[in-house]
This record gives sequence, C-alpha cells and structure tokens, in this order.
Amino acid sequence: MNAVPAAPQGPASHGPVSHDPSASHGPAPHGPSASQGPAPGSAPGSSPVAARERGILAAPPELTGAVTHSRLRRGRRRRLVVLVLAALIAGVFLLTLMVGQTFYPLDQVVRVVLGEDVPGASFTVGRLRLPRAMLAVLAGACFGLGGVVFQTMLRNPLASPDIIGISSGASAAAAFAIIMLSMGGVQVSIVAIAGGLGVALAVYLLSFRGGLAGTRLILVGIGVAAMLDSVTAYVLSKAPQWELQEAMRWLTGSLNGAGYGTVMPVLVALAVLGPVLLSQSRALSLLRLGDDTAAALGVRTERTRILLIVAAVGLIAFATAATGPIAFVAFLSGPIAARIAGPAGSLLIPSALVGALLVLVADFAGQFLFGLRYPVGVVTGALGAPYLLYLIIRTNRTGGSL
Amino acid sequence: MTGTHRLEANGLTLGYRDRIVVEGLDLAVPPGRITAVVGANACGKSTLLRSMSRLLAPQSGQVLLDGRQIHSMPAKELARTLGLLPQSPLAPEGITVADLVGRGRHPHQRLLSRWRQEDDAAVAAALEATGTTELADRAIDELSGGQRQRVWIAMVLAQQTDLLLDEPTTFLDVNHQVEVLDLLTDLNRGRGTTIVMVLHDLNLAARYADHLVAMAAGRVHAAGAPGEVLTAGVVRTVFGLESRIVADPVSGRPLVLPIGRHHTEGADRAGEHGAAAGMRERDALQGGYARQPEERSSPGEPEA
Repeated sequence: MNAVPAAPQGPASHGPVSHDPSASHGPAPHGPSASQGPAPGSAPGSSPVAARERGILAAPPELTGAVTHSRLRRGRRRRLVVLVLAALIAGVFLLTLMVGQTFYPLDQVVRVVLGEDVPGASFTVGRLRLPRAMLAVLAGACFGLGGVVFQTMLRNPLASPDIIGISSGASAAAAFAIIMLSMGGVQVSIVAIAGGLGVALAVYLLSFRGGLAGTRLILVGIGVAAMLDSVTAYVLSKAPQWELQEAMRWLTGSLNGAGYGTVMPVLVALAVLGPVLLSQSRALSLLRLGDDTAAALGVRTERTRILLIVAAVGLIAFATAATGPIAFVAFLSGPIAARIAGPAGSLLIPSALVGALLVLVADFAGQFLFGLRYPVGVVTGALGAPYLLYLIIRTNRTGGSL
Repeated sequence: MTGTHRLEANGLTLGYRDRIVVEGLDLAVPPGRITAVVGANACGKSTLLRSMSRLLAPQSGQVLLDGRQIHSMPAKELARTLGLLPQSPLAPEGITVADLVGRGRHPHQRLLSRWRQEDDAAVAAALEATGTTELADRAIDELSGGQRQRVWIAMVLAQQTDLLLDEPTTFLDVNHQVEVLDLLTDLNRGRGTTIVMVLHDLNLAARYADHLVAMAAGRVHAAGAPGEVLTAGVVRTVFGLESRIVADPVSGRPLVLPIGRHHTEGADRAGEHGAAAGMRERDALQGGYARQPEERSSPGEPEA
C-alpha cells in the first residue's frame, strides 16, 4: 500500500526532510569556505560523476518502494509470531481452567470468566484456577520482559536478571521478610522490590568501571546471586515446620495458593511498567549498536539505561514477590522469542508472550503430567538448565549475543 | 547537512577522570569540506571526535554548532544535524542491512510514531549512495569488511546529517579504503556534506582532505590545506618520524615517504644514533640516518 504513493513522493519528499533543500543544490559547499584550503575544483554541477551524485540526493521511487516492501515483509513475520503466541496463550489459559480434578466444559468456564454464577464451577474455576492462570500469564510476561530488557541492554543472553542475582535478591528479601519479620501481603512485595533494586544497584556499581562491560557485570552478578541464594537457604533453615511449604516458594517459584490478592500487584506493575518499557523499545534496540552509536543517533544512553533498569527490576521484583523466582523464565524467554520472531523489530512483546506461555504450560505440566504435583519452577528449571549449558558452550565458541 | 552548519571547538579540554587527553584545543571545521584529523596514537583524535559529537562532556571549553553549545542541545535535535560513526560499532546478530540502515532514522522519529514514507526514501537513498542496494536483505554477518563499512556509512547517511567518522578505513584492504574515501568524496561533492574524519594513513588523508588537522599531544599542531600542513617538520613533531615529502604523481598532493632507521637519505648527516651496538655499527657504516639527537622523542623508539 505504501509503494503506490511512493512514486510521486519519492524524490520530492527529500526536500522537506533535509534542513535546507535549496542550499544543497546551490553553491553552498564553496561559498562560506572559499578562503579555507585549496578549492577542490569540483562544484556539484561540474563534477564528472554528477549523475551518480544525484542519486545521493534522492533515491529513485522504485527503490523507495523496494525498501518499503522489504520492511513490511520483515515486520510480517514478527506480527504473525505475536498473533500465534497470543492465540496459544488464550488456548492454554482456557485449557487450564477446564482441566483439573474435575473437568468443566468450555461453556461453563467461559460463563465463570464472564462473571456468571455457575454452581460448583464458580468456586473451583473462579476462585482457584482463574487466579492461578492469571498469575501464570502476568508473572511470565513480567519475567519475559524484564529478562529481555537486561539481555538486550547488556548485549548478552547470560545477563538475565535470574542469572545476575536480581531475582535472587528479591527472593532473599521476601523470604527474610516472611520468616524473620513475619510480614505478609503487600509488605513482602515492597521488601522484595527493595531487595531487587538494591542488588541491581550493587551489581551495577561493583562492575562499573568507566563504562559498563557486560561480561564483568555477569560475573559479579553470578557471585552475588550465589551469595543471596545461600542467604535464602539460611533463612529457610530457620523457618518453623508449618511455614516450610510457603517458604519453599522462595527457592524454586510456585503458583500454589494464588489468589486475587497476589494477582493484583503484578497486574498493576505490568500495566504501569510495561508501557514504560515499550516506550523505550526503539532506544533499547539502538543500544544494541553500542553506546557511542546509540548516543550519536540521539539516544540519551545513561538516562535510558536507568529507566530501563528500574522498570525491568520493578517487573521482576513484583513478579518474584508473587510467585517466587520461577527458574529461568526471564533467561529463556528472550532468546526463544529472538529465534522465532527473527531479528527485525523489538523483542519486548514476543518475549513477554513467550514468558507467559512458558509459565502457563510449565505450571500445567507440573500439576498434571508427572503424577506428582511439582511447583512450576521445577519444570522451568528442568527446561532452562540444559539451555544454559548450550548457551555457555556456544558463547564460548562464538562470543555471540542475543 | 549541506555545508551551512558551522562546527567549532573553543578552548576544549577533554579527559577521562584525572587524565587530560586534549588541552585548550581550538578547531573550526570548514563547512562543506572534508576535514581529516591525523596524529599519532593516543594524541586525542578519537577523544576530540567523541566530544564534538557530544559523547564526552568537556572539562572546560565548548563545542559550538552554529553558535550553540552542543552539550546543552536536545540529543535528538543534535542527531538531526550531526552524525557520528564510531570506530567499532556493534551489529546485532542476524540484523539485515536495510534494518540496520533504518536505525539511522531514529533522530527523525518521534516517540511511538509510525514509520513514514520519507524514512523509507532516506534509507533507499542511503543504500543507493553507498552501492549497497543489492545487499539490502542480507544479514550483516555475511558481508565482507568493505561491504560492512559501506553499510555503516549508509546508516549515518540515512540520518541525513553532517558526518563525523572515526577511522572509517581501519581494518579495510587498501582497495576498500579507497572505495570508502571515494564514497565520502562523492557525498561531499554531491551533497555538500561536511565531513570530519580521523584517518591513520597520512597519504590518503592528504589525498582526500580539503582541510588537514595535525594533532600532537592533545593540541592542534597545524591545520590548513594538506599542501601547507604536511611538511617534514610537522611529520617529525606529530609522529616523531623523519620523512621526505614529495608531490603525489597522481593528485599533486603531498606524499609522505617515511624514513626508518634502516633506510637513510644522504650520507653526510651521520649522527650517533641507534639502540644496540650492532645498530650503531651499521649506522656508522651506512652513514646513520637523518635525525637530530634532540628530536628523539618518538614513542616507538627503542631504548638501549
């Protein structure tokens, strides 16, 4: 559709774009600087390669059309992937509402979701399964977004928040708040967020030396994560027997006991911080070209980075406060999204969707596929660990990025 | 972008923490011309370029674009007038040429705005100007060094600005070096684009620049037309290197012929130089080389 108007606009549209179109054709190159240096003796008009130079000023319309066409084609794959992922999430979402100890047919489930009172189904679906499935989707999206932001910003798939200690920080803080300080609800979320941000800041400062080097940050982060995991383990060892079930969540991540009270903070966080990240998606994709290139293209790199870090850590911390650190979701979502959506365009939305789908499917599988009921983190952990090994081996060979 | 913007540095002092790299530097970039900055390693060329494109804030002094301090200009507004190609930009894995070149449109796009017709036109023009139209759908990783450099230049072209380039020919074969410099000359002559580039190769700098800036120890040692700037004395001060300057038979521009320790010119100016004893012996046999003792300040010179 864009190729048609391209024909008349192609060459002409260059005029308004450039700062002073008249000057580019006139004697400007020589005028103001005639006194400096030797005259190169080739004014625009008199140059022997004038014909080719004209091509510099404006592309022929058919080339503009080709560029438009190829750009649209690149965008199409990503859009298709987003649609398919969204459809899959919707499908699995409904499936998890239907399947369980008792099976409820689709029409009953839909009626419950729409707010009708259906005897039996209203409690099981509406009170138990629906918040659990919602939390799976929301937390998965938060982990996916937070993960891909860090991986893209630091140009390394290993730089995901669950590898560099941010999830561990939020988790250790939450476990400490629950077991040592007997906190609950929103208080725990706040402590978890403070923990996540604190660790992010600490890792950033520890690895900052006249610039941010991804590898140093990752190594520092892995060290910090190990330390914090042992803090969590220590806190759990102090927990009374009856709190262990609850406390175990802070080691692996679990959706057990999800209610609307845990869903709401995550929903709000995603609704507020998600758009913040999306507004920075272009700047984020420019950061991948290196800080200098991004800055030269008009990105305020430090400000963008701080905004991205705070928003991404916020998402991770809110999700972690609700579900615990669901293993490897932040780490896996971005690279999976990059594989299926291709290199064109922002990965934020595809990663959020992959994260949501991962948690949803992993929780479903953990509940029903293996006989025993496993927390979701056990399943994602089993998926993520081999991928981590693969990535380390591959990075070792090629020094690759996302 | 059309030779009407004035870029200048006044009393610029630059550094990283306590280390001063550039001190009290004044420079006026002639609009609509090609300026080449030359100098020995670590003399502050790249640092100067970084500061002139706002990547590095000056410790004192200022960089002015059309009389306005660039460090207080909005980032995107500056990026619509001035583009920088850093020494080693990073290409995300798998990104296609057209996609990468399109990134150059960022300063012209508003937050969340849609891609416009003129963006595509600018990308198409940049691809065409750099001869990379055929590569548009290829991944950057598959390209040769010369092709890749042309694509990066296409990206800054799509920005439609004056250009600052930090060593655009590094890591390229000589044919690709000439190709890139020819392209930049096309742009300058055809569009009136002001170009400032850091170059390592003195002879290519002399050949392609209208205005040559020789830097030494963080200052401008000499600036002007290559024929005036490039003298044996300047090469000696800037690079600590003895040389002979002849006229380039192709362009008539100055051509620098470096003289090392092993090749000498005129046997009458023998001196007591050389590091090792063996060297001294050979120097004596061959008449030494033309260098005055007090000028032995070259960083690369071996010590006995």
